[in-house]
Amino acid sequence: MNDMQTAAAGTSSPQPRRHDEPQAIEAIKLRHPWRSVIAAVLIIIVGLFIYDALANRPVYSWDLVVKYLFDVRVLNGLWQTLQLTIYSMVIAVTLGILLAIMRLSPNPVFRAVAWAYLWVFRGTPVYVQLVFWGLMPVIYKSIKLGIPFTDIGFELITKDLFSFFVLAMIGLALNEAAYMAEIVRAGLLSVDKGQDEASIALGLGWWHTMSRIVLPQAMRVIVPPTGNEVVSMLKTTSLVIAVPYSWDLYTRTHDIGVSMYKPVPFLIVASFWYLVLTSLLMVGQYYVERYFARGVAARPEVQRPTVETSTIGVVGLSSATEAGGGYPTASDGEGGDQIVPPHGRAGGGGV
Amino acid sequence: MSQAEVPMVKAEAISKSYGSNEVLKSISLEVKRGEVLCLVGPSGSGKSTFLRCINHLETINAGRLWVDGELVGYRQHGDKIYEMHPKEAAKQRRDIGMVFQRFNLFPHKTALENVMLAPTLLKKGNKAALQTRAMDLLARVGLADRHDYYPAHLSGGQQQRVAIARALAMEPKLMLFDEPTSALDPELVGEVLDVMKGLAESGMTMIVVTHEMGFAREVADELVFMDGGVVVESGDPTEVLTNPQRERTKAFLSKVL
Repeated sequence: MNDMQTAAAGTSSPQPRRHDEPQAIEAIKLRHPWRSVIAAVLIIIVGLFIYDALANRPVYSWDLVVKYLFDVRVLNGLWQTLQLTIYSMVIAVTLGILLAIMRLSPNPVFRAVAWAYLWVFRGTPVYVQLVFWGLMPVIYKSIKLGIPFTDIGFELITKDLFSFFVLAMIGLALNEAAYMAEIVRAGLLSVDKGQDEASIALGLGWWHTMSRIVLPQAMRVIVPPTGNEVVSMLKTTSLVIAVPYSWDLYTRTHDIGVSMYKPVPFLIVASFWYLVLTSLLMVGQYYVERYFARGVAARPEVQRPTVETSTIGVVGLSSATEAGGGYPTASDGEGGDQIVPPHGRAGGGGV
Repeated sequence: MSQAEVPMVKAEAISKSYGSNEVLKSISLEVKRGEVLCLVGPSGSGKSTFLRCINHLETINAGRLWVDGELVGYRQHGDKIYEMHPKEAAKQRRDIGMVFQRFNLFPHKTALENVMLAPTLLKKGNKAALQTRAMDLLARVGLADRHDYYPAHLSGGQQQRVAIARALAMEPKLMLFDEPTSALDPELVGEVLDVMKGLAESGMTMIVVTHEMGFAREVADELVFMDGGVVVESGDPTEVLTNPQRERTKAFLSKVL
């Protein structure tokens, strides 16, 4: 060992220094004139579009948009949509983790069950599944629990047990669980095999290895696509009319719009709230990602809730982007409801 | 046989193959209590595989392997051999510490959490006492001041020392080292070998797969040279290193010494 150390020291004899003072480079910055030109053209086009939408298109009925944006029925629809999203995602993530672990388990029965689940629930459209769930109380009018071929047991009436809300939630959750399972599986497979081995060599069992070692590390890979799935779920709730559940944001606004023969402004109302929610989700995702990245050297590509604003910065709007303070905000000025995309947090957009 | 005479590790004609590729061919050897055995040989010679068989990370296809008088991975009733339940196998591994070439520290846990994890989950002892013990172990490998560092913020040598402390936390009676210094910068090798030397002096039974012939000569009680899945030569380290009997051993040593 000592021989080795002296040998190592011998090869790295200090080199004499030639330069005393390194001179700082004061180069003239490379200019990108075309960026400014393209940005200016885009801003003009968007500006014209907004002007046109406000002034020349009565079908948008901006007065109705403003009037109904905070209508209690719309807000209730928003609340229903939010609940559907949260509940079904919680179920889907839990079930997805379970299915992914089953697919990777040494038990062939678990593997087969997980595979069959995926095959069915990923292989059929969510809309069709929702219609099926809506028909459940008709197809299976009651559920009898008991010992077969005897009178022992009791009976439950299906339609008393499951409201359309619950059926919609189940339908969304079970479909989503199939996708979550694949995301979780990809995450579990991304963890280095040496981690399992180290854990097993310590005498930890399969469950401890999964729950304490592999899954926490897999979360770093699982969280970004899961955030994507939450956003996707938020929008997929607009399909629950298939059940039929009609109190969610889209169906509610659609119904009001149709009853007034003015569907378009209500599309804008719905879109506005969907965008607000997805923007909030992006902020939440940033913090969840940061939590699961602990112990791993910070990497710049960890997604922050930003949109790329450097191009706009060139033409002098950077002060406006900074004023947003980082959180996605919606300025409810008179008439023009602008949705301001979530701008750069510290270090985010100021490239 | 009295307790003291039961060898810590006894391998009897162990064979192991992946498909048609036989990586271990009838290996027999014995490690006594408190002894340090160094396994050397070219890569692909089967020494790491043999090490991994000892704590049942790999299963053997033939032969018998005992650790402290207990069959590894199997149970014997009469002349029948039964596969062990994973839970029993896990229990068996708790008495055998293992240190890996690539450290395999848990990156989402600090040095202290790495050391404390297994005792916390398995022994369910008083947390404060476990923490004191874990800190003692970190102090023993010279890293008490780094207890709240994540592995990514430690050097390779420090990571490997934490890994040794982590393995010791389960109070093993046998320690396995799988090329513990091969992934380290040359200047960091010494600190890890020093810790291992201290461990050997404290009476720990150790099996070390290594390319550090200096360490083998200084610390090992026995040196085993493996090639092509067989033990080519074994004996007193100084004897084998300075006066190898077999041509294959001579050829190998002439390249590494």
